[in-house]
Parts: sequence; C-alpha cells; structure tokens
Amino acid sequence: MPKDDGIGAATTRREDPRFLTGKGRYTDDINVPGQAHAFFLRSQVAHGRIASLDTTAAAASDGVIRIFTGDDFAGVGGLPCGWQVTDRHGQPMQEPPHPVLAQGKVRHVGDPIAAVVAETLDQARDAAERIDVDIEELPTVTNMQSALEDGAVRVHDDLESNLCYDWGFIEDNREAVNAAIAGAHHVTTLELVNNRLVPNAMEPRAAIGDYNVATDEHTLYTTSQNPHVIRLLMGAFVLGIPEHKLRVVAPDVGGGFGSKIYHYAEEAFCTFAAKAINRAVKWTADRSEAFITDAHGRDHVTRIDLALDENGKFLAIRTDTLANMGAYLSTFAPSIPTYLHGTLMAGNYATPLIYVNVKAVFTNTVPVDAYRGAGRPEATFQLERVIDKAARELSISPIELRRRNFIGKDQFPYATPVAVEYDTGDYHATMDKLEEIADIAGFSGRRAESAANGKLRGLGISHYIEACGIAPSALVGALGARAGLYESATVRVNATGSVSVLTGSHSHGQGHETTFPQVVADLLGIDAEQVAIVHGDTATTPMGMGTYGSRSIAVGGTAIVKALEKVIAKAKKIAAHLMEASEADVTFADGAFTIAGTDRSVAWGDVCLAAYVPHNYPIEELEPGLEETAFYDPANFTFPAGAYACEVEVDPATGEVEICAFAAADDFGNIINPMIVDGQVHGGLAQGIGQALMEHAVYDEHGQLLSGNFMDYTMPRADDLPSFVIDHSCQTPCTHNPLGVKGCGEAGAIGSPPAVVNAVIDALQSGGHDVDHIDMPLTSCRVWTAINADTGS
Amino acid sequence: MIEISMEVNGREVTDQVEGRTLLVHFLRDQLGLTGTHVGCDTSQCGACVVHVDGRAVKACAVFAAEADGRQVTTIEGMAGDDGSLGVIQQAFQDHHGLQCGFCTPGMVMSAADLLRQNSNPDEDEIREYLEGNLCRCTGYHNIVKSIRAAAAAMG
Amino acid sequence: MYSFELRQPTSIGGAVRALADGGQILGGGQTLIPTLKMRLADPGVLVSLGRVDSLLGICTDDSGRLCIGGATTHAAVAEGGGAYPALARLAGRIGDPAVRNRGTIGGSLANNDPAACYPAAVLASDAVVATNARDIAADDFFTGLFETALDDGEIITEVKFPVPASAAYAKFLQRASRFALVGVFVARFASGVRVAVTGASESGVYRWSEAETALSAEFSPSAVDSLSVAPGGMIDDLHGSPEYRAQLVRVMTSRAVAAC
Repeated sequence: MPKDDGIGAATTRREDPRFLTGKGRYTDDINVPGQAHAFFLRSQVAHGRIASLDTTAAAASDGVIRIFTGDDFAGVGGLPCGWQVTDRHGQPMQEPPHPVLAQGKVRHVGDPIAAVVAETLDQARDAAERIDVDIEELPTVTNMQSALEDGAVRVHDDLESNLCYDWGFIEDNREAVNAAIAGAHHVTTLELVNNRLVPNAMEPRAAIGDYNVATDEHTLYTTSQNPHVIRLLMGAFVLGIPEHKLRVVAPDVGGGFGSKIYHYAEEAFCTFAAKAINRAVKWTADRSEAFITDAHGRDHVTRIDLALDENGKFLAIRTDTLANMGAYLSTFAPSIPTYLHGTLMAGNYATPLIYVNVKAVFTNTVPVDAYRGAGRPEATFQLERVIDKAARELSISPIELRRRNFIGKDQFPYATPVAVEYDTGDYHATMDKLEEIADIAGFSGRRAESAANGKLRGLGISHYIEACGIAPSALVGALGARAGLYESATVRVNATGSVSVLTGSHSHGQGHETTFPQVVADLLGIDAEQVAIVHGDTATTPMGMGTYGSRSIAVGGTAIVKALEKVIAKAKKIAAHLMEASEADVTFADGAFTIAGTDRSVAWGDVCLAAYVPHNYPIEELEPGLEETAFYDPANFTFPAGAYACEVEVDPATGEVEICAFAAADDFGNIINPMIVDGQVHGGLAQGIGQALMEHAVYDEHGQLLSGNFMDYTMPRADDLPSFVIDHSCQTPCTHNPLGVKGCGEAGAIGSPPAVVNAVIDALQSGGHDVDHIDMPLTSCRVWTAINADTGS
Repeated sequence: MIEISMEVNGREVTDQVEGRTLLVHFLRDQLGLTGTHVGCDTSQCGACVVHVDGRAVKACAVFAAEADGRQVTTIEGMAGDDGSLGVIQQAFQDHHGLQCGFCTPGMVMSAADLLRQNSNPDEDEIREYLEGNLCRCTGYHNIVKSIRAAAAAMG
Repeated sequence: MYSFELRQPTSIGGAVRALADGGQILGGGQTLIPTLKMRLADPGVLVSLGRVDSLLGICTDDSGRLCIGGATTHAAVAEGGGAYPALARLAGRIGDPAVRNRGTIGGSLANNDPAACYPAAVLASDAVVATNARDIAADDFFTGLFETALDDGEIITEVKFPVPASAAYAKFLQRASRFALVGVFVARFASGVRVAVTGASESGVYRWSEAETALSAEFSPSAVDSLSVAPGGMIDDLHGSPEYRAQLVRVMTSRAVAAC
C-alpha cells in the first residue's frame, strides 16, 4: 500500500517553511567571527600581458590586510580539468594551465589579476582601485572560426593552436556515413548556432574560507552542487590539503543549473588566503561579476546533414560542430560537446549511421561548461530542427516524419550507432499523449483566429531523448573522466526508530529533503516525518559526487535503497532473534517484522531499540547498532524522453513572438513526487524558452561581454511565459535501477528550444515567408529582420 | 555616520549607518535579517523586495537613511510569532511556488503588495505584476498558481 | 560605492542650500543607486529630495494642466493621474512595481535616458518643466543623450502637463531593462498633434514632425503608413538594429493613434 507520504505522493516540501520565512542559510548569510573580505581586481581586457603590477599604494590603504597576486600562487596547482578527451587521431586534448590568479597574462574579461583582503568589502574595493597594473593589450579571438585560422592569435602561448581537440564519434563510421549521405535520395542540411547562455542561478556564487591554526584544519563554505568534488579537486590538485584537514560545506544553495558544479578560483583563493592571514576570508559575487566569472553554457556552431530515403526513413546523420571552451578548461568542459552530445545524436530515431565531429576551441571568453541539459540540448536542437526542415522539404507532417523513424517499443533495449543502449521507451505513446494534451487537432482553428487578429500562428513539435543518471564509472573512465560517478548514502537508524539519511547528493531546489524521505518511508513502512535528510557537508556525509545531470534520484536515490536493503537485512536478523525464529521465516512489511504464516511480529521501533540497547541480542554474530552505507554505481544511463509542442503567435509588423501555449508529455519512468516533477519541468521549459527567444551572452570582437548584466541579458519573466500543460502519465520504468526512475531535471530545457523555433518557422511559413531558419535567440528584431530579408514575401 | 531609527517587523531599531549603506545591507548585516537577498546589482531581480510604509521597494535601491522613521516589513515579518506561515506563504508551500528559495522572499513580498492593491488578480495581472521579480527555478507557473490560491484564501 | 555624505533636507530651500557647495541630487535613486554601485559616479554629497513634501503630489491648475510634483513617484502618478489617463498608464508601466514605488518624475526627466518613458510624454504633451529657478518648455528641456537644460543643482519642482483631447503611449518593451526599445507618445490637441519618440534615436527623445503633420491632417493609424523613417541616427544595439527601430517608430506611432 503506498503511504500518504510515500512514493508517488505529491507531498508538500518540508524545506519550504525555512525559505518562506527568511530562515534559509545561504553562504552569504553566514558570517564567521573575525572574517575579512576579499575583492578581486579583474581584467577589463580580453587578452593581454601583465607588464607591471604594483600593489604598494593599495597595500597602504585603510583596512587592507594583504594583497595577493599570481606570484603568491606560483607554487600552487592550477584549477584542474576533470575530463580528458582523446581526439580522433588518438591524441589527448590540449590542456592549458588554469591559474588561480593570473600568471603574467589575462585571457578573458573577468580573469582575476589580484585579490585584496581587507577589514570591509568597501575598503577592499577602495584599495583595488589603487593597484597599479599595466596591461599590454594583445589581439583577441572571440569567434571560433577565426580562432582556428592559420596564424590566429593564440589564447595560450604554449599550445600549438586554439584547437583543444578534434573529436570523431564514432571515427570508424566516418566514411560509411559520408558514403550514405552522398548516395541518399534526399539530404537536408542545416547550419545553426546554439547560443551562448549565462546560467544565472538567482544566488550569486560566494565562498568563505576559514582556518583553525591550532588544528591546521580548513573549512570552506561555498555555493556548490557537489562539496565532495570541490574538496577532492581543491585539496588534491590545487592547494595540497589532505581531505581529513579540509571540510567543505555547501549549505542552502540558491540554484545551480550546472554553474555551481565546478571548482572555481575564488574557492581556492579564500581557502588559501584564510591560512595566509589566519582569519576567515569571505567573498560574494556581484551579479555583474557572476556574468564574467561563472561558467557559461552552450555556444556551438553546427552544420548537420540528414539523409533520407524515398519513404522518409532516416539513413544517416552527419554533424560538424565547433564548441567554444572559452579561455580555460572548466571542470567538465571537454566532456559536454563530446560524450554528453555525440552520444545523444540518435535521438529517438532508428537511424543506422551517425557520425559526429566536434572541434573544441579556445577563445578569449569566459570558460564554457555544463548548463542545464549540457550537450543534450545541443544534440536535440540540431536534430529536431533538421527533421522539421526535412519534413517541410518532403511535404510530410513533422509528427508523421518523426513517427516513421521512431525506435519501436519492441526494439528495446536498443543499441544506437553512437555507443549507448536505451533500456526502455515508448515514443509513440508520448507523441500520442502530446497530440491529446496539446489539442493538435484544434490547431487550424486557432491559427484562423490568430490570422483574424493579424497574427501568424505556428505550431512546433519536438521529441527529445536525454541520458541521465550519470554515470557508470568504468564507462566514463574509459572515455576520459578522471573521477567516478557513483553516489553514496548512509542510512543511520536512531535508537527510537527515526532515520537520518546522509546523502552525497546535494539539494539546491530539487526538494531532496522531501522526496528522499518518501522513498525511505515507503521502504521502511514508517512515516516520512520520521526521516531526516542530511546533505551538503563533507564532515557529515559519505564521499558523494553531487547533483547534476538529473542524477539525484536515479543514482543517489538508488544508493539510499541499497543502504536500506542492508539495514533491513540486518534488522531481520535482530527481529529473528527477538522472536526466536529463523531469519529465513521473517518478513518485513509496513514497519513490522513478522514470522511468515503467524501473527507473531515485532515492530520496527523495537528492533531499532534492540540494536542500540543490545541486552537481548545475538551479540556474538551481529554488531550492535543499525547504520549502513552503500555506494551505488549505475549499470547504465537512464533515458527519459518526451514530446513537446509549442504554439506561438508572431506579429509580422514587429517580429514579436508570443508563446501562446506549451505542452509537454514526458516519460520519466516511475515518479516519486509528481508535484516536484511538475516543478522541475516548468523550470526547464522556462530556461529552454529563454534560450530560444531571449537569452544571449554576446561578445564583441574585442572580447567585451555586451550582455553582461540583467539590463541587457534578457531573463525570462513571468509575463514572457504561459502556464504550461504537462503530463507524465507515460511511464516506461528504467530497467536497471530498483526505483525504476529516470530523472527529470533537465528535460524541459532540452526539449523546448527546438519546439519554439519550429513553431516560429511554421508561423512565418504560414504567412508566405520563405524563412527556414533563424538563429536563437529569436528576438523580435531577428524575426522581423528575417521576414524582411525574405524577398519572396 | 548617521543615526537612524525605524520600525522593522514591528520592532523599533536604532543604529548607525554610513550614507552609502543600502537598506538591504542594513537589514542583512546590521540587523541579521538575512531573509532579504541580493541577487543582482542593477535592481532587476527583486530578491530584495521589502515593504517600506506598506509598499514594495527594492531594498538594494534604497539607502538605509532614506528609511529613517519609516515602517519596514521583511519576509521575517510575514509569519506568525509562533512561526506559522501567513496565507501567502502557505499558498506558496501548498502549490510548490518555490524551489531553491532564493527569490522566494522577494516573490512573497511582491505578492503581498499586489494583493493589497488587487484582491482578486487574474493570471495576466499576476504575471504582469511580477515583472520585477526574477525566478530561475519555477518557470513562474506555480508562483502564479500560489498567488491565485492566496487571493482565494484571503477572500 | 564610494563614500559620500547623504543629506535629506525637508524643504526646497534646504535642498538648494545643501547643493550650494556641489553634490548631486538623489531622486528616487532607481537609476542613480545602481550607477553608484558600479562606482561610475563619485558625488561626494548626495542630496535626497525624498523628504521635501512640497515636491510631492498631483493637482490640476487653473489652466487645466495636470501638475505633478518633481518627487512624485511613478506609482503615485499611475494611481492619481486619472485626469490624464494616457500619462497615468505610461507611469504605470515604467520599470516594475517596486521601481515605480521609488522612481520619480523629476529623477527620470533630469536623467533623460534615451529610452525612458517620461520624456516622450513631456515632449508630446508640450509640458512645462518647472524648477526652483524657472519654467522650461518641453521643446527646450531635452538637449541630447542624458543631457537637459538643467543647470547644476537646479531642482525640478513640478511638471505641468496640458491635457490633450486624446493621447496614448505605445511602448515596445526592451524586455531585459524594462525601458522602451521604442516608445511613441501621441497627443492630440485642438491645435494639432504632437508625436514624441523615445528609445530610438542616438540623440534621445525627439518629435517626429512628419508624423505630426500627417496626423494633424488625418488622425488615423494609417496616416503614418506611407511615411518613411530613416534608420540613420537610430540606436544600434543588441536589442534592435537601426532599421528595426525605424520600423518600430512607425508601427508604435500607428498603434498609439489607434489607442487614442
């Protein structure tokens, strides 16, 4: 019997009261007694050589404790990259150093040159203005094509070129794909840009380094999605602090979306500086600073060819992408355009031949790394756009063309030509559901109504697949990952039967404090109120890999299940002893241990008490206590999928696009808390629609970020969006984790951009405008310009 | 330094501030009311919305000294003394109107200001009113739902 | 922010004295405070007008003009400017609600941001900007990008709007900043039609005289269809090209007329 607060219940969130009353505890809310404040002097030019740097006058400013420059970090490691990609010739990628503070050169606007630590933040800022720095400006490269030209200015003098790697996937298929495309009945080609985005979690990054000279112990409070990863990277690779002397705490974190996965210079700086001055050091980013220091997302330039036969069956896909790495390699950066992008290029379709080429490029811009979806939105966008274009060229409806090529539900498990195996799915079912909830049949009537108002109405469809539940460690290790991607959980049963779960997953909006207890309550048959979740502190939780890639329930949740299984197994032994029965005869259900076939039972609480008060206890065979830890390394990725429909109205006079309706039919497998899943989809959709219509990190040719604050970088607001129609009743449970869950955090951001763009193109085509593509974001100016560039109209 | 006094969440406070001290920093750093957040530096995001003399303002764009003698209400003043949630707060919990929680105080304060002016706003009115509050998590769907539910609950 | 002294006089005279030895006027602060945060200004002394009660309020004068005190907030105009509905609606869509509760008409006009809304209303309405020293006609007030006829330390005390027979403001939003990408205010008086455009020109708000002539002859949305708007001198930025802004000038003018 599912419990009211067990798996499947739309339980309200227990985290909410603290956030709703101002009692959340975010990093910037923390003040360590005696703390000093750090301010970073950052480069205002995109590329330059530091000719001279004199901190003498600044050091004499009021309140200054110490000023640090690159020289202070000469003996310290650089920020490490967590993934090494091997290129198509078998060579490792080019991997430049990434110093904490600039060493002789600056390579993007925002690169830190020096850091002032003072009694107050204002004093630190005042002093920073008195630092005398002379930067000899160098020519910049911000455009990827230019960066790869012979003789281009190199971002890193010590590298041969700005090419990080030239990756082929799967390289052995290259010629076969080329041949299939050359001989195909029809080839649809599309060149497109996947626009650079700024993640913009609402909480700016912050860090506080603290140091105890008596014990030589460091504590770092930081805005992180994965405190253990920060501890490992910073301790082992940057500062050389052993893990038992370094505690990393990620308290309440105000959103991440990928941008708080990575190890950033400010974390290492505050930790280093705290020891150097023997005081806590605090830094909090301004929003403008966040724009030029948080890792950006996307930024691909792609050409895709889709070959079809005379029946509209997909024969082959070839895609060539330039992927911007920025000036340095952020923690996960090399893996995003490769293993999180190329492996998804089959989409939901049974295309026999696929070849993916990616050239990763260094430019004088902020590093680019995973942002909600991370590689999968880029794969989905190009595929779902080119399919739409092919449908138009072949006069087949976009839904029909997709259906003709879907992997059938009887074909699972399905091995794609891009090295992954989908375990389950039913794509016709999600498309059926979409047609129902989006009222596709009624579209023509709505189009006529819009036309009567002088507006062009368009309908856009997309169907996405994503790989979540990241990731099997051995597999990713073979692909270049320098870490494992398991997750951990400790289930600590207390003497009176309540439970503390210590998880390596980190919650920064996902609601783990609510959903994880639902799982525990269900499996133990106790009230969810009896379960507490502890996360975000390396001092209390087992080594965990954190939260990203829609992995928390699939990997972290499974680790909890595995630990619970161990707890139940031990508790059964204790119960058997208490009932003087054979362990094999004891069953556990609804919070009670029963001897099968009898009415003799012992309650969960009594077993727990016996474990901690072992007076009547099999002490020679069993240790006291009831606490188990499990590490779970997934056997495969999970593969959520879904069908999305967007309806837009375009005002032909202004190019303004209004989203009239958006429907999403997702298959996330089993669902723990449908209310929270709905919320995850809503947020993903908003970010995807934001990418499609308004968000854009724009660099000029001098490497200046033109959209560097909220006055110019357009964030989606309430009045830009409709209410969403969503459904997740299509459920093909994951076959390789015990909960049958797949993950839902990124879906909305992956599936929505092509649906929006397809809808706008459909609207323009319906108005007789021969426009087959507009690059994102589809601002009103871009749409109007495209309409007016179409001489056929 | 300037001495200022104001009523914050019903409590009289007096302290010294600099001319440049913003209301948001006075609340956070001097009064320890860290529920009011700073999410941007251009007065766009609305995470810092508080009420001054009953009206919503962005506490990052008001000097503390300008609030001298005024009544200020922050998110900490919206719940009952026993910690019980106010109607709007309860609606946000019931309808999952928050995820990471960072924008939430500003959203609740803006919602209260809206409902003061318009006791029964429709969806479009709510969306338009929230134009000064950014949320990156919820897509606003459930925030709108929460505010409608709060309006209904307040009758 | 750089350190400064904040003065809060309670009278215009007090404000004038406080500004006598330099310093900068602080209106609602919704533009100035973010500017100070970026350390783009170092005023030394900041004189707030927020406590000068005589600068607050809305009334109608003997000539039927709607007179708005210089420190009156956008929200107050939106709520209390019903005698001039188009102006009240404009005020009710500046920035966002919290900004409207602080931002003031005097502050907006003195700053003369090329994409601000109020300058279009003042110019199209042929309003008079009154200061502690003089009255300035709208046509003389706006002198360029972020430039006005105000002298240093001169305080806008009141803005006097003749109320047209009909008027409307059509604003095409710059969605990030909430300023106008292009905004057009059309005011129809017995003596003729005035059209003011904000957000478009590199030199700030301006009157579109060709449209005024066309609309004075025939007041209909289609009257401007045949007019050409030259993109030369239009703002070119991330949000719109000069050609696009030129198009919006015509479209927003037509829509403002339709809304009159």
